[in-house]
Amino acid sequence: MDIRFINPFVASIQCVFETMVHTKVRVGKPRLRTDDSLVHDISAVVGFSGDAAGCVVLSFSADVACRIASAFAGTKLAHDDPDFIDAIGELANMVAGNAKKDFEGLNVSISLPSVIAGTNHTVSHPAKTPFIVIPCDTDFGCVCVEFGIEVEKKPRPALATTKGASV
Amino acid sequence: MKILLIDDSKTIRSIQKNALKQIGYEDVAEAADGLEALAAFANERPDLLIVDWNMPNMDGITLVRKIREQDKTVPMIMCTTEAEKQRVMEAIKAGVNDYIVKPFTPDGLNEKISRVIGKATAAT
Repeated sequence: MDIRFINPFVASIQCVFETMVHTKVRVGKPRLRTDDSLVHDISAVVGFSGDAAGCVVLSFSADVACRIASAFAGTKLAHDDPDFIDAIGELANMVAGNAKKDFEGLNVSISLPSVIAGTNHTVSHPAKTPFIVIPCDTDFGCVCVEFGIEVEKKPRPALATTKGASV
Repeated sequence: MKILLIDDSKTIRSIQKNALKQIGYEDVAEAADGLEALAAFANERPDLLIVDWNMPNMDGITLVRKIREQDKTVPMIMCTTEAEKQRVMEAIKAGVNDYIVKPFTPDGLNEKISRVIGKATAAT
């Protein structure tokens, strides 16, 4: 497990959520993801490319995602509101961008965010890339942050694929 | 004072708009990418642009370079998640007047805007 990226993501999720969502983030113990048993309703994915390649995924239950998106946007957003997906995607974009500034010595670009909405979906990844799960608790409920990143010289596409989900 | 907000996130544009309203700027136009912004720049003739970096169709750094080809003085602030020093230098070299990293507070954004507008006013 390449642990050098854990601290950047922990610092980023705390900074972004405290500044933009106005909630403290209580971070649980990071662990290696070993199976696809984690299911979610909403996931936002941002890819990394360049000297390091992979992705970060922020996942929520539908209720928690609505509460967080509403606090971020400053107006009540239901899951079928057209601005809901935008708000969740932008939060993931900020978490990814804020984390990558602390990828020391690596020149990394981020993709535009993609948001997956589908009850009880899982986000799968290639077996060769270990994913690390960082459980987070906020005043609005739990957020699951997962990332899988490999340091490499040549850029390659983001790694996440989805199962049982609609975009 | 007309301000053009350029960000592919409607949520961010809305947050920026509310922050601007707090300091008395209500004449605001919006664009969701660099291409839309180029058209809006020609039509609206804004006095200040706030530009995101990562956007579809045309990104913010390309937009800044294209605007600077047309207008050497209009103030531009880059507002982006791109926080590395090399990115900041690249943006300044392209022609932005100031730089603010997301996440931002309304006070932080307003401070940058006031500073950039103050400098632009003093220069005229």
